[in-house]
Amino acid sequence: MKINTFDELKAACKAENKKIYEIAQENEAQKSDISVEDLRAIVKNNITAMKDAIKTGLHSSEKSYSGMSGGDCIKLQDKFANKSSLLGVIFEKITTYALATSEENARMGKIVACPTAGSCGIVPSVLVAVSEEINANEEEQINALITAGEIGRIISNKVQLAGAVAGCQAECGVASAMAAGALAQLRGESIDNILSAVALAMKNLLGLTCDPVCGLVEVPCIKRNPFLGIHAVTAYELASAGIKSLIPLDEVIDTLEQTGQLMSPSLKESSQAGLAKTKTGLELEKAFYAR
Amino acid sequence: MRQSSLLDIISPIMVGPSSSHTAGAVRLGLLAKNVYDEPIEKITFKLYNSYAQTGKGHGTDKGLLAGVLGLAVDDVRIKDIFNSDIAKNIDYHFEYYNDFNRHPNAVDFIFEGKNKMRISGDSIGAGEIAIRKINDFSVKFTGKYNTLLLVYKDIKGMISKVSTIIQAEDVNIASLHCDRSGKGETASMCICIDGDLNKNAIQKIEEINHLDMVRYVRKLEN
Repeated sequence: MKINTFDELKAACKAENKKIYEIAQENEAQKSDISVEDLRAIVKNNITAMKDAIKTGLHSSEKSYSGMSGGDCIKLQDKFANKSSLLGVIFEKITTYALATSEENARMGKIVACPTAGSCGIVPSVLVAVSEEINANEEEQINALITAGEIGRIISNKVQLAGAVAGCQAECGVASAMAAGALAQLRGESIDNILSAVALAMKNLLGLTCDPVCGLVEVPCIKRNPFLGIHAVTAYELASAGIKSLIPLDEVIDTLEQTGQLMSPSLKESSQAGLAKTKTGLELEKAFYAR
Repeated sequence: MRQSSLLDIISPIMVGPSSSHTAGAVRLGLLAKNVYDEPIEKITFKLYNSYAQTGKGHGTDKGLLAGVLGLAVDDVRIKDIFNSDIAKNIDYHFEYYNDFNRHPNAVDFIFEGKNKMRISGDSIGAGEIAIRKINDFSVKFTGKYNTLLLVYKDIKGMISKVSTIIQAEDVNIASLHCDRSGKGETASMCICIDGDLNKNAIQKIEEINHLDMVRYVRKLEN
């Protein structure tokens, strides 16, 4: 079955009375010529790699090659140890897990691109933190990541998930939308509410540019990861109350595509404008290339 | 329209920092090396646009070289490849260009050894790649399918001869892309298949008259 839009996904779920992950894993297994069990084993392996990256990142203060990042995750953990978060343990876990993964990425450590490396902290931080806190079992975690993957897949049918093509809205933006959907699945929400969470998250991140300092996946990328992990939780909370995006999800994705096309190339990973070309951004760039 | 794969979205497990600029670079290097398929004496990497402007800091240069040397995207040796023993016996260098006719993340590989070959590819996002050109011929393959590449004299019946052998193996053709330099001159065929061709079938194809080059390029592991 060919599913190119969220409307088609919803129709398929309703027609067969199946969850998003059920439809998605059947289609994907068929397309990849593997069994559903094999597919789930691959997804499980990816979750393990996500947890490994978090574990490694939480204990490392090694700087990146540029020296611009590394050490903030330790700083945040120390802070929470002394003064816990206003928003509780899940907030602490999402923000530290996202930072851990993203810092690990910047120091050329091993991570899972989800959907991209620059956005690698967002989906894992939400998935792992919430699963720990609500004691979600392995199967539920796999269901949630398959749901996230299906959301990303449908979006990528329209928009290449690359900052150089459509800006950060197509990387961290899409990651936050995927995380919102994964979280809604993890919490047992209806298909409508899962897709509402995706729409609300995505809509709020339209226009996000990709203007990395020195052209590196560090500033502002790394700190954007914990922000957008929490952002996904906001989208989930609204959606689970039955709040809907007035603009349907497929139209939000059309807007993502259009906004990406209209965005100046100077703000699409070329580091020719934005934060990269601020006074301080230029100084950092000069210092980096003088090394 | 080609559909993306769900697993691509939540993969790969890779060494950072950029899926398009690091993992994509490794995969382009791997696939290009598999197309060249000869001992490499010298290699020149021409990086374009975003690859040229921001590649250094993303380890794009390290990734391209690591791929050509056969490392996978999750190999932790990528980080220090320039100082690695496996990079000692290869003469490599990098050039940087701006060309708005090219993809934002484009690269040319110039392989030199017994033969010289130029291979052009793009990193099209989320670690996915496409090889677009081999020497002067346009091709299109992504490392997701086993791919048969042929260069031959432009004569009648060539596609039929090749596809008959593939059909006899009960293998389906996923895509077929042909090009030629001119009528009756040199032509190219790029066939992506579902499944696999055995040695016997490849040998049968190699025995077809008027072939200049045959390469069977396996799909990438991850």
